Amino acid sequence: MIRLKRMAVGAIRSFSSKITPIPRIAIIGSGPAGFYTAQHLLKSNSKLHVDIYEKLFAPYGLVRYGVAPDHPEVKNVISTFSKTAINDRCRWIGNVEIGRDISIRDMRKAYSALVFSYGCQIDKLLNIPGENLKGVYSAREFVEWYNGLPSASTLNPNLDCEDVVILGQGNVAIDVARMFLSPLDELRKTDISEYALDKISKSRVKRVHLVGRRGPLQAACTIAELRELTKLPNCFGIITHQEVEFLREKIKELPRPKKRMMELMLKIADSSIDNKIDFQKQWSLSFFKSPLEFLPSEENPDQLGKIRFSLNKLKDNIAYPTGETVELSTNLAFRSIGYRGVGIPGLPFDSERGLIPNKNGSVINERGLYCSGWIKRGPTGVIATTMNDGFETAKTILEDINSSRIDITSDQLGFDGLANSLKDIKVKPLNYQDWSKIDMIETQVGTAKGKSREKFVDIQEVFKLLDH
Amino acid sequence: MCLITDEYFTYNQLINKNGEEKKIRGKIGDNVLYLAHRHDIPLEGACEASLACSTCHVYVDFDYLDLLPEPDEREEDMLDMAPSLKENSRLGCQIILTKEMEGMKLTLPPITRNFYVDGHVPQPH
Repeated sequence: MIRLKRMAVGAIRSFSSKITPIPRIAIIGSGPAGFYTAQHLLKSNSKLHVDIYEKLFAPYGLVRYGVAPDHPEVKNVISTFSKTAINDRCRWIGNVEIGRDISIRDMRKAYSALVFSYGCQIDKLLNIPGENLKGVYSAREFVEWYNGLPSASTLNPNLDCEDVVILGQGNVAIDVARMFLSPLDELRKTDISEYALDKISKSRVKRVHLVGRRGPLQAACTIAELRELTKLPNCFGIITHQEVEFLREKIKELPRPKKRMMELMLKIADSSIDNKIDFQKQWSLSFFKSPLEFLPSEENPDQLGKIRFSLNKLKDNIAYPTGETVELSTNLAFRSIGYRGVGIPGLPFDSERGLIPNKNGSVINERGLYCSGWIKRGPTGVIATTMNDGFETAKTILEDINSSRIDITSDQLGFDGLANSLKDIKVKPLNYQDWSKIDMIETQVGTAKGKSREKFVDIQEVFKLLDH
Repeated sequence: MCLITDEYFTYNQLINKNGEEKKIRGKIGDNVLYLAHRHDIPLEGACEASLACSTCHVYVDFDYLDLLPEPDEREEDMLDMAPSLKENSRLGCQIILTKEMEGMKLTLPPITRNFYVDGHVPQPH
């Protein structure tokens, strides 16, 4: 009996080996990196199949949960991604978390290759005293909160104050600033979550201070974001002359992007001189200051009252304390100094840099494993960067398929071989049709409120909707 | 009635410097981004011509560069974020064909490896 069974399996194997097996690639994470990788794979190889896994009920990652609600034009990229999602050789699988619902081991058996494109989920800490005081928030969490990420929807930040300090000067810092400075009527039309709009509309914030530990040349924001701040109605921007004056001599030698950025900063500094006190709101960009300590308020020892900064000088692009300190009074601060990736147990991880060590997207010393996007190169860059990056990883995979560096066998069944195991653990996967229905309802609910979309936050509500 | 103008696209696929050249025809008034899409040229255009990204970045033949209207501030700001920025960089979505552009050659930037993520030229310290 046993012998017979073995023979039968052998027969099937030898039979199926005559048909060229299909390369099946799993992509883990359906943000821009995942979709761009999938797009290039599908376009360049007419045989292969791609399954894109997403732990949430909605695709698009940071395009949905990171991009600011008042930047709808950036979200236009969704139409390109949805074309990939409806490709016959592509399948989007939502509400399934790899590593929890399906093990990496099972995934490796079911696919020719796995691509990790799950991004960077945590943010860097300052690791200074007082970081746990009430009123000190992570900018990442705040962004996730106003963008309706389910896990952040209960953040409920206390915005009842006039001054806000944002530690960091990247685009996330500027996005956060704009939430306090933009006219409410502009925000109201966006897909910002209703509860966040409510809370923000009641905030008393008048002044937003964006503080950087290094100088203007090292500021991480892009020029488009900074310029947008300068164009906000009824809002006045300040850069202190002394902090940027040294640029005037240097500006000619700078490469074009830096040069234009510094010209803008000098322009802001120049117009800061005529102090326009009649503006309702104000923001400032201030440099050469590192937070040393968050100090409690006098009334409440659990609540942030002020921040003590070290004044810095720069040497070889590194900030060194001068020994002098300054204090800024505020009850609300956001830490916005960057995101960090988290590794997968049992797989290589560079914990220093917070990314998966790789060569052109191929995970070091791991056949059949790849990475793409922020978990591959770190949390920086704009959509064009992630696009190139996704294409590069796809190209590496295609080369490895052609050179038979990865195994492609007929017993790799992709999601079809894994779906049953999800039933056993009562995980209900969503497909792209499910998402299209959710998407439609979100848009309808939004339109009724005069907004572009109202996002679902509670997955139980999503399932209720889909069961109908 | 539209006049016809010829246009050339050269594209360097990935790191292959011997880019493949493709000659395509466009009409006066055509937007280069959408013209490229119709001819299957891998120019992305993630933001759909709304000046919110730099994924339709092209290099314009120097002989034709002056024929294009000056880029506006928003286009310049996006170009500053484009990987492999050059003097003759423009966004494809902002180029609208005119009669004078006949024969213009556009080159796609290479998908560089180890590029600088913010598009800045590395500076010696």
